[in-house]
This record gives sequence, C-alpha cells and structure tokens, in this order.
Amino acid sequence: MSHADLLAVFGHFLLWSLLAVGGAISAVPDMHRYLVLERGWMSEADFASSVALAQAAPGPNLLFVAVLGWKLAGPVGAFATMTGMLLPSTLLTLYATRWAHTHRDTRGVRAFTTGMVPLTLGLLAATGWLLGEPLLAHVGAWVLIAGSAIAMRTTRVSPVWLVGVGAVAGGMGYA
Amino acid sequence: MPEPLPTRDPTQPSSAPGDPAAAPAIEEAQLLRPRSTAEIFFVFNRLALQGFGGVIAVAQRELVERQRWLTREQFVELLSVGQMLPGPNVVNLSLMFGDRHFGWRGAVAALAGMLAVPLVIVLLLASVYGRFDHLPAVQGAMRGMLAVAAGMMLATAIKLLPTLRGNALGLPLCLAFAAASAVLVAVWHWPLAAVVLGLGTVSVGAAWTRLRP
Repeated sequence: MSHADLLAVFGHFLLWSLLAVGGAISAVPDMHRYLVLERGWMSEADFASSVALAQAAPGPNLLFVAVLGWKLAGPVGAFATMTGMLLPSTLLTLYATRWAHTHRDTRGVRAFTTGMVPLTLGLLAATGWLLGEPLLAHVGAWVLIAGSAIAMRTTRVSPVWLVGVGAVAGGMGYA
Repeated sequence: MPEPLPTRDPTQPSSAPGDPAAAPAIEEAQLLRPRSTAEIFFVFNRLALQGFGGVIAVAQRELVERQRWLTREQFVELLSVGQMLPGPNVVNLSLMFGDRHFGWRGAVAALAGMLAVPLVIVLLLASVYGRFDHLPAVQGAMRGMLAVAAGMMLATAIKLLPTLRGNALGLPLCLAFAAASAVLVAVWHWPLAAVVLGLGTVSVGAAWTRLRP
C-alpha cells in the first residue's frame, strides 16, 4: 500500500470517527463499501473475519479497526486506523463532556440525560439480541445465552469463566 | 437504614455473598474514588481483559459493583452521553470517567488501560487466526463465546432497568422508549444514528417538557 493510499485510509477513519454515533460498529457497512467494494484492498472474507475476531477477543469491539489496519498495511496500518478512529471522537468527547459537566444543572442538559437513558438500555438489549440472533438455529446456543444471562444476574462469578465455558462448549460442538 | 462505609479491599466482592441482586443499589454518599491515575489504568485494563464480545457488561460489574466508583444511575448516564457522542460508547465512558477525576491525565490513563493490552492481544490473534479459522472446533468456540456475550449483555440491560425508576419521564414512558429503540435496531435494522437522533430527539423533548421549572 502506497503512502497516498495510507493517507486516504487515515482520512476516511478520521471521518468515520465522527460519523460513528453509537459505536465504531455502526460504521462497518460504510467501511465495507470503501475498503472492499470500492478500493478492493481486502477480500470479503478478510473483512468479515476481522470484525468477528475482535468480537471474540477481550477488549472493546472497536479493536476490529486495528485488525483492519493490520491487514491493510501491517503495524503502520493499524496505527493509522486506530489513531484516525480515536482522535476526533476523543477530542470532541472531552470538550463536550466538560461543557456538559459545568452546565449539568441546566434544563437542557438534564433533559438530555433524562431522555437518553431509556434509549441506552434499549440499545443494550438490542446489541445482546443482535449478537445472539445468528446463533439461534442451535439449541446449545439458547442454553448458553440463557445460562450466562442468569449466572450474570444471580451470581458474582467472573465473566471470564462464563466466556470460558462458552468457548469449551462451542469447541465441543454444542453451540 | 444506612450501611457503614465499606472498608476498601479490591480483592473481595463488595457485598455479602448470596445477596448479589441487592448489593448494587448504593447511594452517592457511599461511593469511593480512584486514588491515582495508575489505579484507573489497572482497573480499566482489568475490565477490558474480561470483556469478550463487548465491555459494557463487565464495566457495569467492575465500576459499579466491585470498585463502587459509580452508582448504577451515574453509570447509565455516562453510557448514555457516550452513546450520543461519536466514537465507541465504552471508550467515551472511560474518557469521561478519567477526565472527571484527574483531568486529561485521567482520561489518557483510562483510555490506555482500556486499549493497550487488548490491542496487542487482538493483533497477535489476527496474525495467527488465519491458520486455524477453518477448524470446526475454533468456529464452534467463537460461536459459544458470542452466545455468552449475548447473554451477559441482556443480563446487564435487565440489571440496569431499576435506574429508570427515578427518571422524570415516568416508568411507562421510559419502558416505551427503551422497547422502541430495541425493536428499531434489532428487528427493523435501522441505523443507530437514525434511532439515536430521531427517537432520541423525541424522548429528550418529552423530558424537556416534564422538567419545566
């Protein structure tokens, strides 16, 4: 990948950073359009496995951005996509939340947080549903989803153990 | 009845065993504070490394239940603001939390804790995964981990529902907005930005009229 290409990638990630309201994952369709369909820099399979890999690895889902960069141009690519994805949204977040914090007792800011909280919970449930939906053809996946939800709700077991059980059960063909 | 302030021991769960559901309902007065940027780094690093398939479920457990750095209500509020701003909501949550305690140094510590080690792990995985991804056992393990991540996410949404009780919109309207946003995204596959900006404007507008001084 040439320097000009790398710069173009960096520029696009700067833009996606500001467009990705609700998380980096919401920019996935547009990234796919640009990187796979328009430029042909990576294959369909490479793109899909980058996203899936970051889902299964520990850490924020955002890290699929680093995997995409890695596949495009190695370490330099990962650096370009991650800084592109983080820089604008980080600066905006710090600026906006400092402003909101000093104005937190005004009616506008209170209305904003009051109104957004129900949506946040709805979107959490939707994310859970979207993660689980492709797996529902298999009875074992139902058991894993329900079992981990109940364990998370009623015990203090560390999530790592639950994920471990899921990996082992899935690896043995139960999911 | 007021509970005594907990003495701090990060290796112990912050409540009596056997009563996990009652434990998280702590008041603002009982909150603890991070002592240093290093502590912020390590706590965010620990929670990121436990977060398979998403970090929100673990962040709720670590920041609210274990560290007692945030009440459930504060957690949902930070997540809501993080949701509305561009960028990943948990990354925004880390930035805001760190910034509130130690300014930009805290923000950097939280962000680095959240990303540095997981970044190395995911890139290592990426460089070897291609050799193993055709194995049925590897594909099965991925599916199993995703199923557990889905279950944990649903449990977190349910666990945070009581935070709607004090909401000025009133419980029925809150539940209606929550259900509507879930259906729009999960069933009708609306883009997130459209839901947040469209339905968000309606619900913030409703809150605005109810908060009339």
